[in-house]
Amino acid sequence: MKGVNPLTLARWQFGITTVYHFLFVPLTIGLSLLVAIMQTAWYRTGQPRYLRMTKFWGKLFLINFAMGVVTGIVQEFQFGMNWSDYSRFVGDVFGAPLAMEALLAFFLESTFLGLWIFGWGKLPKGVHLATIWCASIGTAISAYFILAANSFMQHPVGYTIDAEKHRAVLTDIWAVLGNTTTLIAFPHTIFASILTGGVFVVAVSAWYLRKGRDVDVYRPSMRLALVATVVAGLGLAISGDIDGKVMTTQQPMKMAAAEALYHTSKPAPFSLFTIGSLNGHDEVFSIKVPRALSFLATGTFTGEVKGIDDLNRQYQQTYGPGDYRPMIAVTYWSFRLMIGFGLLAALIAALGLWVLRKGRSPTGRRFYTAALWSLPLPFLANSVGWIFTEMGRQPWLVFGKLKTEAGVSPSVSGGEVLTSLIVLTALYGVLAVVDAVLMVRYARVGPPAEQAATEPEPVFAY
Amino acid sequence: MQLHDFWFVLIAVLWSGYFLLEGFDFGVGILLPFLSHDDVDRRVVINTIGPVWDGNEVWLLTAGGATFAAFPGWYASLFSGFYLALLVILVALIARGVAFEFRGKHPDPRWKATWDKAIFLGSAVPALLWGVAFGNIVRGVPLDADHNFTGNFFTLLNPYALLGGLTTLSLFTLHGALFLRLKTTGELRERATRVAKLLAAPTVVIAAGFLLWSEISYGKASSAAVAAVAAIALLAGVAMALRGRDGWSFTLNGAAIVAAVAALFIALYPNVLPSTTDAAGTLTVSNASSAHYTLTVMSWVAVIFTPVVLTYQGWTYWVFRKRLSRSDIVTEPAAAAGKPGIPVPRAGSDRPEVSQ
Repeated sequence: MKGVNPLTLARWQFGITTVYHFLFVPLTIGLSLLVAIMQTAWYRTGQPRYLRMTKFWGKLFLINFAMGVVTGIVQEFQFGMNWSDYSRFVGDVFGAPLAMEALLAFFLESTFLGLWIFGWGKLPKGVHLATIWCASIGTAISAYFILAANSFMQHPVGYTIDAEKHRAVLTDIWAVLGNTTTLIAFPHTIFASILTGGVFVVAVSAWYLRKGRDVDVYRPSMRLALVATVVAGLGLAISGDIDGKVMTTQQPMKMAAAEALYHTSKPAPFSLFTIGSLNGHDEVFSIKVPRALSFLATGTFTGEVKGIDDLNRQYQQTYGPGDYRPMIAVTYWSFRLMIGFGLLAALIAALGLWVLRKGRSPTGRRFYTAALWSLPLPFLANSVGWIFTEMGRQPWLVFGKLKTEAGVSPSVSGGEVLTSLIVLTALYGVLAVVDAVLMVRYARVGPPAEQAATEPEPVFAY
Repeated sequence: MQLHDFWFVLIAVLWSGYFLLEGFDFGVGILLPFLSHDDVDRRVVINTIGPVWDGNEVWLLTAGGATFAAFPGWYASLFSGFYLALLVILVALIARGVAFEFRGKHPDPRWKATWDKAIFLGSAVPALLWGVAFGNIVRGVPLDADHNFTGNFFTLLNPYALLGGLTTLSLFTLHGALFLRLKTTGELRERATRVAKLLAAPTVVIAAGFLLWSEISYGKASSAAVAAVAAIALLAGVAMALRGRDGWSFTLNGAAIVAAVAALFIALYPNVLPSTTDAAGTLTVSNASSAHYTLTVMSWVAVIFTPVVLTYQGWTYWVFRKRLSRSDIVTEPAAAAGKPGIPVPRAGSDRPEVSQ
């Protein structure tokens, strides 16, 4: 099929499959942690409500986990399928954390989750508790390795370029695994995952508490999740702040593009939102917080923040002629929406801690309604966060070393990529509907009765 | 032996492990519609692999990741070259994976039937296509001097590779039947036995034909010896099956799968993906591999962590070693009729418990 550009299609496919995969991943990480805490509470206290909590949230966790697993296979395969020249260029460095992820994390989470699902009443209680913790830790280890791989694309370290073979060659694995970009992206991602799990539990619990149903199960669920969400929100703010400064030194263009800051400014304001074009001279209206960007990017209120135009000129001198600007509208809006959605979710949770303090209940239903509707916020924040990170790196695939257009598979036709794009998108669309329907159904079924919950038989077998 | 040779062996081990383990998962999925008379049967069949299938599939992800890390050139040419075939495998594995989780989540028989079809196709299609893929790897594919695939989807559908596909399909189905014999009781076990006996002769013929063709066209003395071991193991496994030795027949059939994969890898060595057109395009263990330092790092990781993984995965099989029977599937208690207005029964009884 001529006239279909494989590059554009391969980028769309990566964007769609990755954002989709990452709807499930943070919920898996966050919810596995909360379920492990609930089961620990049951193990320590023996109170049936904690067991009922574990089983109710565990079931929702498993529906979500299955989707995360199957969409993850596509992620590993499509580097080779759509991005073979990229794979050849970085495989020596990038393949190592991916292989480690499979060996150290995937086996751990899959095997121990199987033991957890089918091990109810079969394994001793303490061992069974350990299996959910192993699975949960596995999901976090997985995040670390994949972020180490991604960080190499943002800020390549620990390598040299073999000019003859035209590829990056690993020289220091500890530099790759200890990349500052990874060290800050990991806590940011984990906090985002805890926020996602927390808001999920808060929202579903709110639905029950609003009706006054199964309060003994959903009030403690809500309290645990509110604390987790608020802590995660604080963690996100702190790690995000540090990440901003790291990004400003490592990828100044991304920070400038996040702000649509065309001219180098000292001090630089932070724009809350803009009406009109973001091309730098057709702005209709914008609210700016003076000096805030300087603080975000450099840590001082007077620091200089480089502008897009100056950086573009600088990159042209370093890397040769070309356009080194990402799509400003995408980076500008995704950056502030990420912060906005995350902040709003954390604020609603903070409000919840206040209205539910010391055994109190909110007088009206308004808080519960707000909590229920906060459900999409972390998913939206996670999605635009990754869109910002990946689109802000453009036109680079590996920053400063390999452009995105140079990474695509030369042997794969536009028609083939289009086929795969259509097939996967359609399949993902159908599964999204099925998954959402099942989630809602099982969220509405409620916790198992006290007697049913304490029966020795496993609950999660197929 | 250089490090890239060691990694070639490790990749072969990972694929062997994947086919050994997911081989019976696939077989169980393929046999699901044929062995079950009702939903309780189907649930017994699925629950035999319930706790382990996901961990088994990680062998594939590890094989893929290890190929990326140790042989980026191989990973790049293979995955981009076998594009549409891999897409079909991906779709199949996705449908199969969610089907296990979703099928029991709604009591409607049509809902279950739909996901049962997904389990069948999601097992049969990869079982066939992995064989086709390995046939093509051994046979070689058209590659240009930059190691890029120059054929198309139909290039992969040659008689030799298709016979390879039939080999994996029949071997895995037999493997699944022998596994079910080992893991079930009563009528289900008898049906699995009958299917195993039915499959034995055609599987032996197909597999022997493929191995013979492989050795004549692409083999060497050492690979032929291993292929002979595979054939003997297969025959011995069938003999044991006929004598009612469940454990031995399953073990020997597993050994046949491992030996057959080993024979293919030995025949392939030192190439990893031969070119049928431009000889300069042939990928070998040396021109496709990562540099020495990466291989060293990855060797340490593999040496330290593989035993750990094998230990806990082996422990899982030990924990779930008992046979399953129909009486293990607890049918829904009367109290679970459901709450008004809610389309599924109460949690805790909607997917009745299995105890083994």
